[in-house]
Amino acid sequence: MPAEQVVDQARRSLHAVARTPGVPKPDPLLVADGVRRSFGGVNAVDVDHLEVQKHVITALIGPNGAGKTTFFNLMTGFDRPDTGSWVFDGTPLGGVAASRVAKAGMVRTFQLTKALARMTVLENMRLGARDQPGENLFTALVKPLWAPREREITDKAMALLERFKLDAKKDDFAGSLSGGQRKLLEMARALMSDPTLVMLDEPMAGVNPALTQSLLGHITDLRDTGTTVLFVEHDMHMVRHISDWVVVMAQGQVVAEGPPGEVMADQAVIDAYLGAHHDTDLGDDALLDEGGVIDAEAEAEAEAEADTEEKKP
Amino acid sequence: MDFGQLLTNVLTEMTGPTAIAYALAAIGLNIHFGLTGLINMGQAGFMLLGAYGFAVSTIAGAPLWLAFLVAIGAAVVFALILGLPTLKLRGDYLAIVTIAAAEIVRMVGRSTALTEITGGSEGLTGNSFKSTFQDASPLPDDRWALGPVTLATNASNSWWLRIVGWTLVLLACLFVWRLVRSPWGRVLRGIREDEDAVRALGKNVYSYKLQALVLGGVFGALGGVVFVLASSVQADSLGRPVTFNTWTILLLGGAATVLGPVLGSLLFWGALVFVRGFLRGAVPADVLSVQQVEQIGWVLVGITLILLIVFRPQGILGDKKELAINAR
Ligand SMILES: Nc1ncnc2c1ncn2[C@@H]1O[C@H](COP(=O)(O)OP(=O)(O)OP(=O)(O)O)[C@@H](O)[C@H]1O
Ligand SMILES: [Mg+2]
Repeated sequence: MPAEQVVDQARRSLHAVARTPGVPKPDPLLVADGVRRSFGGVNAVDVDHLEVQKHVITALIGPNGAGKTTFFNLMTGFDRPDTGSWVFDGTPLGGVAASRVAKAGMVRTFQLTKALARMTVLENMRLGARDQPGENLFTALVKPLWAPREREITDKAMALLERFKLDAKKDDFAGSLSGGQRKLLEMARALMSDPTLVMLDEPMAGVNPALTQSLLGHITDLRDTGTTVLFVEHDMHMVRHISDWVVVMAQGQVVAEGPPGEVMADQAVIDAYLGAHHDTDLGDDALLDEGGVIDAEAEAEAEAEADTEEKKP
Repeated sequence: MDFGQLLTNVLTEMTGPTAIAYALAAIGLNIHFGLTGLINMGQAGFMLLGAYGFAVSTIAGAPLWLAFLVAIGAAVVFALILGLPTLKLRGDYLAIVTIAAAEIVRMVGRSTALTEITGGSEGLTGNSFKSTFQDASPLPDDRWALGPVTLATNASNSWWLRIVGWTLVLLACLFVWRLVRSPWGRVLRGIREDEDAVRALGKNVYSYKLQALVLGGVFGALGGVVFVLASSVQADSLGRPVTFNTWTILLLGGAATVLGPVLGSLLFWGALVFVRGFLRGAVPADVLSVQQVEQIGWVLVGITLILLIVFRPQGILGDKKELAINAR
């Protein structure tokens, strides 16, 4: 089946999925179960069940400190959960080292960019490639053994750099790039290995609007060529524009999920994002249905809060 | 003052076994620090182990090639013992562990309990282990002059040792040059910059760091062998100051460059001998004793280095641009 049909089918199959947190998907790529991570008593991540559908773009949104980055860290082996297990593409990845996770096809970028500053942009890109025999100490000594692969890698790197408008910078040190350019470089570098699932932590933060437009195009292209995308983003415009499915996190838990239009019209989600309901249980479905009530409640709550502030000694 | 003699002394020292030994040790340290960002504060420990490995096995009757292998093997084992538990942790731990481990090697080497094997604090005299190396020389036993420098062909600080030593340095440089420009070297430089980023790209950072530690340690051990082939094995002659001098040499020549360690070693020893010789000739002995001249030599070298770090922090061969980015 051609890639577009696969993607179309994957997207269509989401229509039938219930809009409840932790709902099973028809064709999940990543399935997390009971993943919990606390920092000194605070539950940074407390996900009962989450499935990420294959071949679509899933957005992970939620207020600051909701646990999105921590969830990425856990899934990719950069942090260890207190409890929980997860399966990626049929392979359990709990307790697996970060490098092996990446080799398995789940590649992430970082919210705080990690450009390799004293290496050139092109070297950064080449480092992202897989199957370079010259990365073995003994093979490295005999150039003919790795030079052909190096040429392929370089061609691929140049093509990606062109796409991300960084080709003119290829011989500059990555450390000399601007903040937005580093974001682009990191994303391009992650794509060098043709990941099955690419996890982008705020890919558009600091990228100028004109470029954002074309980057959105690249991300949908990625999906259309068979890569599954999971990204964290605060820019709701972008989320609405490109995602097929949205997962909302708050205080470590998945509190809502559904297609972007529906999730974002959801008053509870809006309020969670604005932070008015930091102690309302957003997991409560009743609240999701009665968005209107929440506005009034929010005002009442704000007043109540002001009261308790006064009462505190 | 006899400037001709002074320059001859400088030249002899610059091309001598000490400079060769330090060049090799600094090449090893460059693989650790310049390439991978590992902070090894115990390079002298690797040198000392190499020296013991070579001398003890030779005394026990091993042929030359086996003695070299034992020296290399000792460094590999030492690197694994140090690296396996620490390289998963943050960088500082390796620094602490290496400085302590090098001291342990020195203490154990000079302890009376091991006098039978290591000679205790007296050490092992050169004549007890140099014969296989000197017998391997194709040169006739003689004294040859090349320009102003006249040396024995085979005994101790000899032409033969220099030929072998500089060949080792040359091979080491070629080896590092090849590796630096390979994908393997690229992964190491990535680790130096940000190991989490490299992990995220699917590279086994731990394994690469271990490889770098072992490889750099082996060059340290070879340096140790050259060092003692000119004199004797004496634990205290390969103590902490040797590690610090090696660091100085690396930073002087330029970390992360291929030839920096070699140039650093040449200049370091050349400058030291020049300053000492100059003071001895220019200042009357009743003003500065020979011992004081020795110490002032170190002081002046230290000041020169401070100036160099201030005005050329990337070292002589380093890339200024690269350093500026690091400072950001
Ligand atoms: N290493 C850590 N040590 C202690 N607390 C941590 C650590 N990492 C995260 N936390 C806490 O876990 C919670 C979730 O943080 P996380 O970075 O996952 O949030 P986020 O959803 O990515 O937020 P943002 O949108 O601001 O990036 C926060 O309360 C944070 O303070
Ligand atoms: Mg975050």
